[in-house]
Parts: sequence; C-alpha cells; structure tokens
Amino acid sequence: MAGMPVLSLNCVSKDYGGTPALDGISLDFAENRITAVIGRSGCGKSTLLRACNGLLVPDRGAVEIFGQPLDYTNLSVLRRRIGYAVQSTGLFPHLSARANITLLASLEGWEQERVRQRLSELLQMTQLNDDQLDKYPHQLSGGQQQRVGLCRAMMLHPEILLLDEPFAAIDPITRSDIHRQLLQLHRAEPTTAVLVTHDMREAMRLADQIVVMEEGRISSSTATTDLRQDNPDKDAEELLQLLMAETVS
Amino acid sequence: MTGRGGLLAGLAMCILSAAALLYVLLPGGESQTIRIGSKIFPESYILAEITAQMLEGQGIEVQRKLGLGGTLIAFEALKTGSIDIYPEYTGTLSQAVLRQPDMSAAELHAALAERALAIGVLFGFNNSYAVAISEDIAASRNITLISDLAEHPDLNLGFSLEFLNRGDGWPALQAAYRLPQRASGIEHALAYRAVDSGKLDVTDAYTTDGELDTFDLRLLLDDKAFFPGYDAVLLARRDLPRAVTEVLLRLDGRIDEATMRTLNRRVANEKMEPHLVAAQFLRDNGLVTGNTVDSPGMARRILGYTAVHLKLTLIALLLACLVAIPAALALARYSGIARSLLYVTGLIQTIPALALLALLVPIVGLGEIPAIIALFLYSLLPIVRNTLTGIFSVDPLLKQVATGMGLTASQQLWKVELPLAAPTILAGVKTAAIISIGTATLAAFVGAGGLGEPIITGLTLNDHRLILEGAIPAALLAIAAELLFEAVERTTVPAHLRV
Repeated sequence: MAGMPVLSLNCVSKDYGGTPALDGISLDFAENRITAVIGRSGCGKSTLLRACNGLLVPDRGAVEIFGQPLDYTNLSVLRRRIGYAVQSTGLFPHLSARANITLLASLEGWEQERVRQRLSELLQMTQLNDDQLDKYPHQLSGGQQQRVGLCRAMMLHPEILLLDEPFAAIDPITRSDIHRQLLQLHRAEPTTAVLVTHDMREAMRLADQIVVMEEGRISSSTATTDLRQDNPDKDAEELLQLLMAETVS
Repeated sequence: MTGRGGLLAGLAMCILSAAALLYVLLPGGESQTIRIGSKIFPESYILAEITAQMLEGQGIEVQRKLGLGGTLIAFEALKTGSIDIYPEYTGTLSQAVLRQPDMSAAELHAALAERALAIGVLFGFNNSYAVAISEDIAASRNITLISDLAEHPDLNLGFSLEFLNRGDGWPALQAAYRLPQRASGIEHALAYRAVDSGKLDVTDAYTTDGELDTFDLRLLLDDKAFFPGYDAVLLARRDLPRAVTEVLLRLDGRIDEATMRTLNRRVANEKMEPHLVAAQFLRDNGLVTGNTVDSPGMARRILGYTAVHLKLTLIALLLACLVAIPAALALARYSGIARSLLYVTGLIQTIPALALLALLVPIVGLGEIPAIIALFLYSLLPIVRNTLTGIFSVDPLLKQVATGMGLTASQQLWKVELPLAAPTILAGVKTAAIISIGTATLAAFVGAGGLGEPIITGLTLNDHRLILEGAIPAALLAIAAELLFEAVERTTVPAHLRV
C-alpha cells in the first residue's frame, strides 16, 4: 500500500433525472488485488465501473488514476493502460478472435514478433488454441468468447483491469474453469482489478475484497479472508445476506 | 484487414473518379467543330444529318447531338452555346418558344437576333397542319379548297384527338371556314387507313407526313390562310464562322414538301436510317460528291454506346460515393441534420429525370455534364440512406467497448463503425448503381450518348431492332452490376455480416 493508490474514487456522485446512481462514493482499490463490487440490479455497480475509465463523467467528486485526476479531454491513451471486458457480446463481430485480441497492439504499432509472443502467453493461460483464434466470435462457445475477451483486455499488460459482469452468461461448469484461469492470469500478471458481479459465489472465489452496493452507496467493504474466517459455517448466499443486513442495522 | 483494405480501395476509387470528372470538365480545345442538334422525330434527324454531312463534305468537322428531348432543351442548348445549329420551325419558335403567336417574320428575326441567334437557312417547305381528303371523293365532287368542304355537309370528318381539342385546331378551323360538319376523334396512326378504306372522308395531316403518299389522299388548299406557317429552318448561332454559313446557304430552298415527304417515308416506312436517307439526298442533288457516310458495324456501335453509358454511370456513382458517404458519416451524430439530409436527397429523387435534365441544360449546357450531374443527384439518396442506417444500427455496446478500450474517435469509425456498416453502405451503392444504369438511358436526351441513344432513336423511328440494341445491353449491364456487387460483398464481407 505504499505511495499513491492506483485507482480511487473521491466522493463521486452521478444523478440520472434526479435519482442518484452514485451517491458520494469514496473508495480506494487495493493495488494488484481483485475487488468485487456486488449488489442487486440497478444498485449502481456498473455505473461505478464506467466512472473508473471515464465512460461516465461524474456530476460531483473525482476519479483518480495513478495519482492523477482523470483528464476527460484525452482519455484514449490512459484507457490503453486499463483492461476492459464486458459480457461476451462485447467482441467485435467483424473481426476474428485473433484480430479482436490484437487490435490494440496493432494500433500501438507493436512488432509482429512481439504480438505473436504475447498472444502465445495469453493463449497458454486461457487454454485457447490457434484454430479457435481464426474463428469469428459467433463461431465460438460462450466460454471461449469470454476467454477471448479476457485476452483482449490483458493484451497490452494493463495495470488496471475492469470486468463488467463478464461471466454472467456462461454455464456454471465452464464458469468454474474460467475462474481458475482468471486467478492464474492474475497471479502471473497482477493488476488492480475491479469485478462487477451479482454472484456472491463468484465474488468469494475471485476477490480479495468484497464491496457491497445498495442504491448508489457502498453499504459494506470487507476482506474475503476475514469474511470466511468469521463465518466458517455460512455459504455464499448467507454471507451476502449477512453483509446486506449489517447496513440495515 | 478486409475492412481497411476495402475502405482504402474505396478511397482510391473516389480519387480516380474525381480525376475522371476533371478530365471530362476540361475544355476539349475543339472550337472549330460545329455541333449540330436535332429533336426527337424523324424529320428533325434527317434535316440535322443533311446539315452535318453537307458540312463534312466540305471538310468541316462536325459533332452530332441528335435526339434532344424536346423543343426547350434544344433551344436552350443553342442559346447557351452547347450546340451551334438545329432544325426548327418558324411556327414553333413564335408559339412555343417566344410565346408570341402573331409575330411577323421581321419580328421573329428581331427576337432571335436579341438572343444572338439567326435563321440560317429556309429549307423550302412548310410542315404545317393540313386537311386531307380521299382522292376519289375530291375528284368526283371537285373539292380543292378547304372552303369547298362547306358545301358538302354529308362528309364524314375525323381528326386526331390533339387537333380535335386544340384551341387553334378543329374548333377554330370550323369557325373560320363556317364548316357545318360534326367531327369525331380518331387515333392519328389509324386515320389515313380509315380514309383509304372509305370509313372516313376527311382528316388532319402534316404536310410533310411520309405516309401521305402511301395512301390516295389529296391535301386541300388553306385558302383563308388559317394554319400558321411552320417553315422549316436551320436555327443557328449568329457567331458561326462564315465558311460554315456559306456552305449551309446552298441548302436554302432545296427541300420542298414533296421531297420532305419522300425522305420521311424512307425512314418511317422503308426503315432506312436517317443518316443514309440524308446521304442519298445529298448525292442525288449533287450537294455532296462521293460517299462520306461510313456506318460502324452493330457490335462496334453497341460497344461504343456501352462504353459511354458505363463512363457516365461510373463517374456519377463514384462522385456520389465521394460526397454522400463522408457527408452521411459526418452528419450521423446530429440526428436532426441527418434527417434533413435524407429529406433533401429524397426530394431530388422525386424530380422527373427529364425535367431535371431540362433544368440543367440552361445552366451547364448539353452533353455529359448535365447527365452526370443528374445521375449523381439520383445516386445520393440510396447511398446517404444506407450509410446512415448502417451507422445507426451499430450495437451501442460495441461503441462503448471500443471507447472503453481506448480507441480514438477516428479509430472507432475506421475499425468498428465503418466495417460494421459497410455491408449496408455497399447495398446502398449497389441500388444507386442499378438505378443509374437505368436512368442513364435518358442521357441521350441531352446529347450525352450512351445506350439511350439507340433506344430513343428507335422509339422515334419506331424501329424495334434499334430499341433492343440499347435495351438489351442496358439490362445486361444492370445484371452485371448486381453480380459484381455480390462478388465484392462475398470477398470483403464475412458471411454472418452480409445483408
């Protein structure tokens, strides 16, 4: 935790027609850790994620990245240091899986050899193969699409990784495989990751820190290890109930 | 890569097209060439050909712009200097063009002089309305004048619908000559036959109608000078070189009504081509020595028409792409302006092609430029509409992801939005291409040539072979365009993104 936080929100608020989507959120994301932001639909968790890479400009408050407030006039350079993955539909349908993954690298002017090397690292960690890379997204299974999305987000060695419910549309068995691969990837190449999800099991499995949001506010923020230690006999659903109940009381 | 390759190719084609237009727009440096026009009926073709070959016989270079789509187009073309000469009639000039029906000859000359025009040659015949009667009846009852008809109230009169209903037609004729008969209407093409077979006794005719001689008809003398004069003239610009006017003067008074009827009959009945009829006339009258007419073979002729047709269509289409796609892309984000762009291009689409051409001739003259401008304007709507539709239908999530990944606005356009919209844009260009190939047949009306030339000439001369000479290649071109665009789509657009 030495020095400046990599990514932090400072009293960030955003209204949509008078209804606050974000209501004075302040949060420092732990460097090179995975933070899960969990909550019901419409609690503001996706809005929070989009504030992090400037897709959404807050009405009040500031987003700071690498110790600097976001400069909204010139975001594309900064955004290339931030990996971004959404649900499987986020892949470009007119590009092959390979072209999706290497798009940013080619825009950055990477040498072919460097691209090839990086691609093979990523493939190994996500267990994709060359044949699959030549296919268009719609020719891949949901799990394969998601792994392609993950590779695309990681291509440029980002320092921050934003994941917007990336695994929501995947069957449970495949999801468990991808969870393992994500953790492996994160161990090999640590990033300050923010995972937006509505699945407490997923949050418990992947995250170091679990932030619960309700109606645009943060209702709790707990380290996963503490949560598990304090409640060894409770399952994920019960833990979530517990976290949400705390704020009510 | 396919997306970028396709777009680069498109850009290259746009630049090529701009170069091609520049080439077309540059003046040709052919100031000594005399440009001869004609309207779209056989007599006008014949007179124009006679004029053209007469000049060619004297070594003067000539350019033909035959089959101009109407009196106003021809007259405007002459006034603005797109042509130098065309055959016209004094009655048409005073009534339809100058709109002063009761002009004297002197007044007509003065009015033309004001417009830097002059009547170069009086051919020597009057192509006017006339009254025709069956020769048998005329002979037996001794009828030679229109006034004579008043004494024969039992005669059966039938007139073409136009003549029957025109203010200066039957009603005025009846009043002027105090004719007691009632007249019925009949299709002009059938009238002579009806008179010939005795079903009708009297009908209206044109004095130079080639068909008059094939039936046994007598033209009655207009003894009260009811019908205005439609003297055939060569209308010319006053600034014609002296050498040219001197040659043309030799045509003065060389064609009388009987001669013109014969020439017309050769085209209408004997299906001779006007340029051959003209050549024969000039030879027979010793006006031109030797055979100056060399008619290219059908295959070469069609190839020539097709090449011009393709050139007009391609230049217009590429210019339309060059303008419509960037304009639609630039305006796509302002939905209000984008919508008004659609309305404007839609409005252009509703202007009838012939009207648009007639509007363009006074501004830009005759030839390929007005044709290209018209085709360009008609191509805008399908391209603008499909470009906007293509851009609007890109999934907003993909745009959000592209932004979130750090693509700049122009990278998003080139890497995401354009490739995804490309199939729709391509479909719009295809529609424009096929519309243009069809519409370009009208280019012949303004002297731009193309496959419309044989079609329009064929329609005028009632020559089906000539019509098909233009219509079949035009249809094949449209099919070829369809196949070409399909091939382009197959090679550049992945299967799952095709429209």
